[in-house]
Amino acid sequence: MGLLDRFRKREEKEALWTKCENCKSILYIPELRANLNVCPKCQYHFNLPAKERLGSLLEEGYKLLFEDIKPADPLNFKDTKPYKERLKQAQEQTGLTEAMLVAEGLLKDLQVLIAVMDFGFIGGSMGSVVGERFYRACKYASQKGLPLVAVITSGGARMQEGILSLMQMAKTSMGVGYLKEKGIPYITVLTDPTTGGVSASFAFLGDIIIAEPGALIGFAGPRVIEQTIKQKLPEGFQRAEFLLEKGMVDMVVHRKELKETLHRLLHMATYWKRYVEV
Amino acid sequence: MHLEFEKELSELHQKIQQLKRLYTIGEKEKEAELRYLQREFKKRSRQLYSKLDPWERVQVARHPNRPHAMDFINLVFKNFTELHGDRCFGDDKAIVAGFAYFYGMPVAVIGQEKGRTTKEKMERNFGMPHPEGYRKAIRIARLAERYGMPVITLIDTPGAYPGIGAEERGQSEAIAQSLYTFGYLRVPVVAVVIGEGGSGGALALGVANRVLIFENAVYSVISPEGCAAILWKDQNKVKEASRAMKLTARDLFNLGVVDAVVPEPEGALHWDYEGGARLLRYFLRKCLRDLLKLSPEELVEDRIRKFERMGVFTKA
Repeated sequence: MGLLDRFRKREEKEALWTKCENCKSILYIPELRANLNVCPKCQYHFNLPAKERLGSLLEEGYKLLFEDIKPADPLNFKDTKPYKERLKQAQEQTGLTEAMLVAEGLLKDLQVLIAVMDFGFIGGSMGSVVGERFYRACKYASQKGLPLVAVITSGGARMQEGILSLMQMAKTSMGVGYLKEKGIPYITVLTDPTTGGVSASFAFLGDIIIAEPGALIGFAGPRVIEQTIKQKLPEGFQRAEFLLEKGMVDMVVHRKELKETLHRLLHMATYWKRYVEV
Repeated sequence: MHLEFEKELSELHQKIQQLKRLYTIGEKEKEAELRYLQREFKKRSRQLYSKLDPWERVQVARHPNRPHAMDFINLVFKNFTELHGDRCFGDDKAIVAGFAYFYGMPVAVIGQEKGRTTKEKMERNFGMPHPEGYRKAIRIARLAERYGMPVITLIDTPGAYPGIGAEERGQSEAIAQSLYTFGYLRVPVVAVVIGEGGSGGALALGVANRVLIFENAVYSVISPEGCAAILWKDQNKVKEASRAMKLTARDLFNLGVVDAVVPEPEGALHWDYEGGARLLRYFLRKCLRDLLKLSPEELVEDRIRKFERMGVFTKA
């Protein structure tokens, strides 16, 4: 169960207080919300739900796209609970139709397309719908000449759709080709956590890759690695700052500076092409 | 070495081998016995392997005697010329890559190799590639593209290696780049799942115009062990997990993820390497004959359309 689920449950009981995962300070939830879910004391970045993320980046009046594409249960999958039930539960808890939202809107003065994932929706896992929405976002961005930003959080491919989820890795990666072909900027923002099949497909295909402070980013999760190598992992391993040092991401950006940074990068990246076209 | 449910078959096989050694031309009695045993073997193996449940199928796909990528490379192709290294960090022996002749045509072959002996298994990391393995695959695929050579990949891996070095050197980035590169390659690509198709580490060599799979091979989003541990919270629920994931060749064909299922002679590949190689040669040739008619643009378009169709959802 994600951090946010716990949040939401408490919210039902109108809980106003929570504890920072990192520094253990007692936090007043409305204050935390206003601070984009960043601990005001230690700057620990809590998960940010997809809608709030969109609100933090886009001007009001943005338009959600591809909401008519909804999940199915192709394998009739059942583990300890039927997949259909899990989907319903996730939809009720998050108020979202799937783990990814695609929105067209204004980032300050720039018209952009943003794909945002929500960890609260079955761990932000990628099934057929996430794959299809992302793929369509790429095509749409390419047709309209809009830059694409993907704000990612995901545990990986969704097991309940089996091999079809795996195939979304191929599909989304090929989607990125529509953007590269036209020189349209594609920026990814990796937030906590970004692992597995999403990390190993469209997340790491960004022209520019931004990570949020402290975000866990990797192919395999730390537990799997520890079990495989039978050693404890060093402190800070697979964290955003570690990836920056290893040359795997371009920058680590505080959530409050994300909008500003994205705007500047997109302005720079689109400036000359627009100039030439005019 | 044999699996538990293969005991009877293994004994029969031993008898046949022994009799073959002892037999000299003209010995009527031995000849009759040999014929009988061979008939019996065929019958029983067909019975046995056609009835396996998905978890047993996984075990056949991982069978210690099952032919590996190098076996197929030697049996199906001629003059395999291995090329090494990613030009950045090292040479990953979990992935073998190079050029070879296929019916006189030069092709690039890229495969995951688990290794046979203990020493070789260690060297090859049990077929679990590091980023440099995928980067080598990308390098050879690009080279093939430049030379206009078709690319054939052989998939057989438990998955990409989850380790410290692999993460430090960008396992995710390497796999993502591989998916992208193979996706837009301007030459024919045929992928064959010969044994274990383990997750993203397998798919990294699996973005192809045609995807083939051997009858007893499996291909899944996560290992049955991993799936059981995460969803059932119980490592022992592998049977349930294997069934639920729809990972057998037949299931994958029905889901439209693979284009053809290559039959395995004698019920399973490990009883007959040559027979398996013969069938693979036949299927590969058929695929290539179709694909060689397409222009570079059409090949890319064909691959885009193929993977674009993957996925099931509802649309209002």
